[in-house]
Amino acid sequence: MKVLVAVKRVIDYNVKVRVKADGSGVDLANVKMSMNPFDEIAVEQAIRLKEAGVATEIVAVSLGIEQCQETLRTALAMGADRAIHVHHDGELEPLVVAKLLKAIIATEQPGLVIVGKQAIDDDCNQTGQMLAGLLGWPQGTFVSRLKLENGKALATREVDGGLENVELTLPAILTVDLRLNEPRYASLPNIMKARKKPIEKRTPAELGVDPTPRLKTLKVSEPPKRLAGVKVDSVAALVTKLKQEAGVI
Amino acid sequence: MDFAITGDQQQILDSVRKFVAAELLPHEDAVDRAGEIAPELKDRIRARAIEQGLYAMNFPENVGGGGLDNVTMMLVEKELGRASFALQYLVARPSLILMACKGAQRERYLLPTVTGERIDCFAITEPGAGSDALGISTRAVADGDDFVINGTKHFISHADLADFAIVFAVTGAAETPKGPRKLVTSFLIDKGTPGFACTRQPDAVSHRGFHQCVLAFSDCRVHRGNILGELHKGFNVANEWLGAQRLVLAANCVGRAERILTLAAEWAGSRKQFGQTISRFQGISFKFADMAMECAAADLLTMRAAWKADQGTMTQEDAAMAKLKATEMLGRVADEGVQIMGGMGVMGDVAMSRFWRDARVERIWDGTSEIQRHIISRAVLRPHER
Repeated sequence: MKVLVAVKRVIDYNVKVRVKADGSGVDLANVKMSMNPFDEIAVEQAIRLKEAGVATEIVAVSLGIEQCQETLRTALAMGADRAIHVHHDGELEPLVVAKLLKAIIATEQPGLVIVGKQAIDDDCNQTGQMLAGLLGWPQGTFVSRLKLENGKALATREVDGGLENVELTLPAILTVDLRLNEPRYASLPNIMKARKKPIEKRTPAELGVDPTPRLKTLKVSEPPKRLAGVKVDSVAALVTKLKQEAGVI
Repeated sequence: MDFAITGDQQQILDSVRKFVAAELLPHEDAVDRAGEIAPELKDRIRARAIEQGLYAMNFPENVGGGGLDNVTMMLVEKELGRASFALQYLVARPSLILMACKGAQRERYLLPTVTGERIDCFAITEPGAGSDALGISTRAVADGDDFVINGTKHFISHADLADFAIVFAVTGAAETPKGPRKLVTSFLIDKGTPGFACTRQPDAVSHRGFHQCVLAFSDCRVHRGNILGELHKGFNVANEWLGAQRLVLAANCVGRAERILTLAAEWAGSRKQFGQTISRFQGISFKFADMAMECAAADLLTMRAAWKADQGTMTQEDAAMAKLKATEMLGRVADEGVQIMGGMGVMGDVAMSRFWRDARVERIWDGTSEIQRHIISRAVLRPHER
């Protein structure tokens, strides 16, 4: 079974993000970029499926600027077999990403698609769901445990208030959560080998998708500074404040 | 000039940084406190390093090494240098001098050392020969197909872990216009060879857990097939392969200094006195300007020398400048780090006091600051002396 994973290039999670002075977006100049951590988990899961003899080939896909190929190289160094880069210099919204992935899936015909539950830059948490909708495939979102057997995926989802077990008929879309696995980091020989693995280049035009954004970013601003709290001298005072000021109990 | 790190280099650095964070940093305090590394931890780190392809990454690919160029190697050394020396040394970069192995020596010494099955140590220094390497008195006297070795080596790093030693011994003398000059040969000598004893020296204040040993040779018989390189050409072999060795130390120091800088900045940015963080006081903040600048200067000297080494144009003074600047910079940065933390900085259980202790040896080993200054000053002045 072929597994397709989508990986997004985002600001490294260790970087303290700064908003541009003119409020037009986030400052990306000289900022370290990495693979979206949830997508790393997706890649790791695909590799584990291959190591278990369930998956036969892993195809990594990334969409965006030229440097997305570095993110694909990371996926290849971790263990993906080949990669597809859809080159586009402008902004890509989740619906466009889902349409582009759908076009790639049409030719690649994977038995399973694994993506991160969301990207840590825009936190949209939409692509996987939109892709499942466009394809008419079953979807398992926020997956924290996974088992494949008899053409079915048994997935445990992290939902409000607990865990939900779902059974999906393959092919299906999975969006993965933090606790599914702990991704490996690439070994030196695999980083070297990844240089020789193929990256296929495509464009939205070739795939028949119009990448024009439907949303316009008006302004990006930093979250307001958190005000200092106050110390209360007794439990009774705390309860009173929670009741009367915070209104939470 | 291009100072950019390539995509491949960044990927390697990301992996090494994750390795350091996962496998080395969590054990630093325990190792420093005990002065020892538990055998199972040693095995685990070595096994993980081999698995990740970080072991012997300084060796060429055709013998099974990582095949990294000097620039990439020093970028990696900066990352490894952040961690405790005793722990990061388990991610071994065996002595490149083993590349001089010939014939059966390759199977017996070179290849198993690259795969981690065997461990080497490097023995020149003696009680009577520190900076003056030619002052060694360990002798190897030919006797049939063997050499009989007598003498004592000390300060031999990690010899307690090693399976064999690369030992330098006097094998003769040559007449020169300035008088007789010793001829030195390097030998590969297995531990367990009769007449070869290895004992640990007392712990040093720097790099606890990384041990120094005395190697004593008493009528130790070694076959001439164990000569590394050629007879009487021991220092030629060393010079041929160990040119970039001093850069490794320089890069380690830069990495550690960067870590100290962050640690000190976190402290200064949160410690409050007189109603504000101490980072707001000029007396403290200007220290950071000097620390950061010196660290960057040492980094640039190191990377420039590494780049020249890759071009085949690195001189002895290039390496000496990098080593001298980086080790002295680390000493100052660690000392200021302690000063910024105040009383807390000298407490035994905080990392800063360990960095301060560890920094001291760097100006001594692998060529003292005085020897580096000698090398640099000779290069500057020799052309002008009549």
